[in-house]
Amino acid sequence: MRLTNREAPNELRRRVVAAGIFSLVVFAILGARLYALQVGETERWSSLAENNRIRLARIPPTRGLILDANGDPLVDNRPAYDVVIVPEDTRDMEKTLAQASELLELPTPSIDAIRAAARKRPAYEGLVIHRDVDWSSVVTLETRQLEIPGVSLEVGPLRTYPYGPLASHVLGYVGEVTQTDLEADESYRMGDLIGKFGSERAWERFLRGVAGGQQIEVDSLGRRLRVLSRVPETIGSSVVLTIDRRLQQFAEQLLEDHEGAIVALRPSTGEVLALASRPAFDPNVFARGIQRKEWDGLVSAKLDPLSNRALQGQYPPGSTFKIVTAMAALEEGAVNPFTRIFCGGAYWFGNRSYRCWKRGGHGSMNLHDALVQSCDVYFYQVGSRIGVDTIAEYAHKLGLGVPTGIDLTHEKGGLIPTSEWKRKRFNERWYPGETLSVAIGQGYVLATPLQMANLIAMVANGGVRHRPQYVNRIESPSGEVLEQYDPHVVEKVEFKRSTLHQIREALRDVVNSPRGTGKNALLPNIDVGGKTGTSQVFKMGRNVVKTEHLARHLRDHAWFVAFAPVDDPEIAIAVLVEHAGKGGGATAAPLAHDLADFYFALTRGRDYRYVEAAPSRKVEVANAAKPQRVEIPAAKPQRVEIPPETRERMRALAG
Amino acid sequence: MRLMMDRRLIAHFDGLLLLTVLTIVGLGTMTVYSATWDASRSMPTGFAWRQTSWSLIGLVGLLGATVFDYRRLERYAFVLYVAGLALLAAVPLVGEIGGGSRRWISIGPVTVQPSEMMKLALIIFLARLFHHRIRPGGLRLRDLALPTLAAMPPVFLILEQPDLGTAGVFVFVFASMVLLAGPSWGTLGLLVLACMGAVPVLLSGLKEYQLRRLTTFFNPEMDPLGAGYHLIQSKIAIGSGGLAGRGFLQGTQNQLNFLPEQHTDFIFSVYSEEWGFFGAITLIALYALVVLRGLMAVNRAKERFGALIAFGVLSNVFWQAAINVGMTTGLLPVVGITLPFFSYGGSSMVSLMLGIGLLINVNMRRHSRERLPRY
Repeated sequence: MRLTNREAPNELRRRVVAAGIFSLVVFAILGARLYALQVGETERWSSLAENNRIRLARIPPTRGLILDANGDPLVDNRPAYDVVIVPEDTRDMEKTLAQASELLELPTPSIDAIRAAARKRPAYEGLVIHRDVDWSSVVTLETRQLEIPGVSLEVGPLRTYPYGPLASHVLGYVGEVTQTDLEADESYRMGDLIGKFGSERAWERFLRGVAGGQQIEVDSLGRRLRVLSRVPETIGSSVVLTIDRRLQQFAEQLLEDHEGAIVALRPSTGEVLALASRPAFDPNVFARGIQRKEWDGLVSAKLDPLSNRALQGQYPPGSTFKIVTAMAALEEGAVNPFTRIFCGGAYWFGNRSYRCWKRGGHGSMNLHDALVQSCDVYFYQVGSRIGVDTIAEYAHKLGLGVPTGIDLTHEKGGLIPTSEWKRKRFNERWYPGETLSVAIGQGYVLATPLQMANLIAMVANGGVRHRPQYVNRIESPSGEVLEQYDPHVVEKVEFKRSTLHQIREALRDVVNSPRGTGKNALLPNIDVGGKTGTSQVFKMGRNVVKTEHLARHLRDHAWFVAFAPVDDPEIAIAVLVEHAGKGGGATAAPLAHDLADFYFALTRGRDYRYVEAAPSRKVEVANAAKPQRVEIPAAKPQRVEIPPETRERMRALAG
Repeated sequence: MRLMMDRRLIAHFDGLLLLTVLTIVGLGTMTVYSATWDASRSMPTGFAWRQTSWSLIGLVGLLGATVFDYRRLERYAFVLYVAGLALLAAVPLVGEIGGGSRRWISIGPVTVQPSEMMKLALIIFLARLFHHRIRPGGLRLRDLALPTLAAMPPVFLILEQPDLGTAGVFVFVFASMVLLAGPSWGTLGLLVLACMGAVPVLLSGLKEYQLRRLTTFFNPEMDPLGAGYHLIQSKIAIGSGGLAGRGFLQGTQNQLNFLPEQHTDFIFSVYSEEWGFFGAITLIALYALVVLRGLMAVNRAKERFGALIAFGVLSNVFWQAAINVGMTTGLLPVVGITLPFFSYGGSSMVSLMLGIGLLINVNMRRHSRERLPRY
């Protein structure tokens, strides 16, 4: 009864046979391969498996440098020796730790912390027990390694900040990756460095580089026998700043005895030339692994050195805000250059008197005089004429009330109150009396020094609002330009030529006229324009106390914003001194003076003060009928080539 | 008459095949025990017991899959296919994530991998589709349209998980069944051309880590930390096993955890380290025996439907075994494919056993007078 294959054609049988042969061939190939591995090469593989073990070592990438505008490294790396322990190679970790620390005469690290760290990674991976040990420890360990199996040296790059606290708020700091970082980006490994703050964080993706790796053969004591294969790491790219180290250093020296901030911008491009905040911190402390105590000290310090006051500090702008009120009034036609208002030392409004800072009064003032002498009464009246919402509109146009958008974290936006804001915030209507405070930059108004610098830069460049940039370009270690950042114009505000002219001339006279409040900023041969500000922290009642006699935290802040030269501005400066006690003209203006002086000495040579510059294009106020507009050519950021010694350094790091 | 039939059925039950499969399962469970041995505490973990339970469930399934006439599956082929697809489609919605992909769903206390169930359902459905299409002179291109259309949704769903290895096995099984069904020479030529054209498209669709695995296959030194590391460790394990092996629980590569995925993808390395070339070649021979015994069943099957089911099941076993051993020995790139009947995994074990059950079923009923219903 042969029914087999009744339906299956012969063709099927042929295919089945073919499949059988094919499968046998494949199995034969596999068998041959197994024979080659297990019989032919077994010696080789056995020795790898038995006598030696292959260990994987990740070569963490060397971070890129951060250079100043002239190619001077502000952040660098240097080789550092770390003592590591490999848990797998130790018999008794606690004992080994104690032995090693005793040998090296270093404090024994906490066993619990090491154990906790060891649990999270493979047993063959080394854990750092002492960072950046000195040369004598290196020698000791090298010679007596056999006594403490499992402990070895690892050399790696250590982040250094050659100028210590210089520009620490801009440069930022690094730290070991946290669990959150690891979860956010899988390419990080335990123990890697990551930018935590400032540029180190903002430019992490360029700075970090790419890790390499090697397969190392080690013996049973954990000693390296040889490297089986190696993929070199890729060094991170360099970030070239727009900041000039010399100017930055100088600005920080100026703030030595103060708390506050100084910002210097190039008005034509929005480039940051200097950005100083005091008190500062030393990022080197973070690089070598910050101790709990040090960190707690930094965080809880009363003056908060970790805060970047230039963009995180929000202060009432005081009289510097009169620039905004004045521009709003001129643009809206609420006043003209000839409008006169009488200042008798106080202004009666509603049911109370609003005092001018000059108790005796200024007499009859036009806008020019009112700005030069910073008359409060004039601006009370102008303010109440145009109203808070108009002031706010112009404040926004000038970049206040919103962050400038600089590429640094935690930037604050300040506050420009409007009637709607107050309704939402306090569920209360706006009282006209409050407008008076706003008109002179008090009340709810808050601004950061960076915003004020950007504002005065707008006045200087004729209404172009830039996003301040502190990075010029990114360069690969080999010198290839990876990214070049051009000025970023956020908005081009069309102000009337006459408005800009009026304001500039008034600001020129703030410094240059004998009655100006900013006389302390006067430079020889170069016209500086500026505006003082003294912002009240403490509202005085009837009894006026000399501000010097108040407790520190109640004293006034001193402001000065400036740009120079007035007719062809190269630099815009904002100076803020916290709780200075004295006014902006006395405390802040001299700092702006010194900084501008230093800047021009740098750019024009030390003797600029003694050589008459190009003929002054000063235009008389009476001549306002044909105002002269200062045209700023569309500027590209300057590019200074990196000096050969820095280039050499980068090459050396790249190995 | 009825009695006689039953007697003949039992006589045609392929006991040798079952025994071979059970031997492989036994060796596999033993190796799972070793691969999951907790060396620091010198005690076994629960994996081997779980694997044993799954094998027993699988064995019950296997026997169950022999008691009915497989031809009845023809009627349910489509239903099974749709059910499998629904299960697979549920994975992205309710699935559990493991190792960077979503492959499992929980049903009560157990987690199942729907792609394994789908494989069997697809084989049955394809067998049905091809059964009605086989014609003298070979399959035309249009005869392949519907089967291809049927194979595509599961493959794409599995690629999305992503599980490149399993999706690849699907494609190989599909191709094998097409070849058995017999395309005409013209169709075959076109298919070869289409495959060649598809290569660049597939390469561009790979995930970065998958592409890296492929490139490290050609140059393992490129990635000493990732896939290259796995491959080298696997070769050290197999190579150091030598002729006779290091003995049960004695493999250092395994016990020191140098091997990745010791109880699943790289279990063959563990086995070869412990049992050496003799053990490895024995296992290869056992797989060869399964394939050859199975091909005899294909050859003797009463009609194409049965032959196609048996061949599909066999091709799955064959490709998985060949690719897995190939990758652990460094002949093929490292892709996540397990060793059939051997690697740890419940769904895979049950699905494979059911498949063998069907294969035995086809073999048993080669003389049956029942016919497939005609449409």
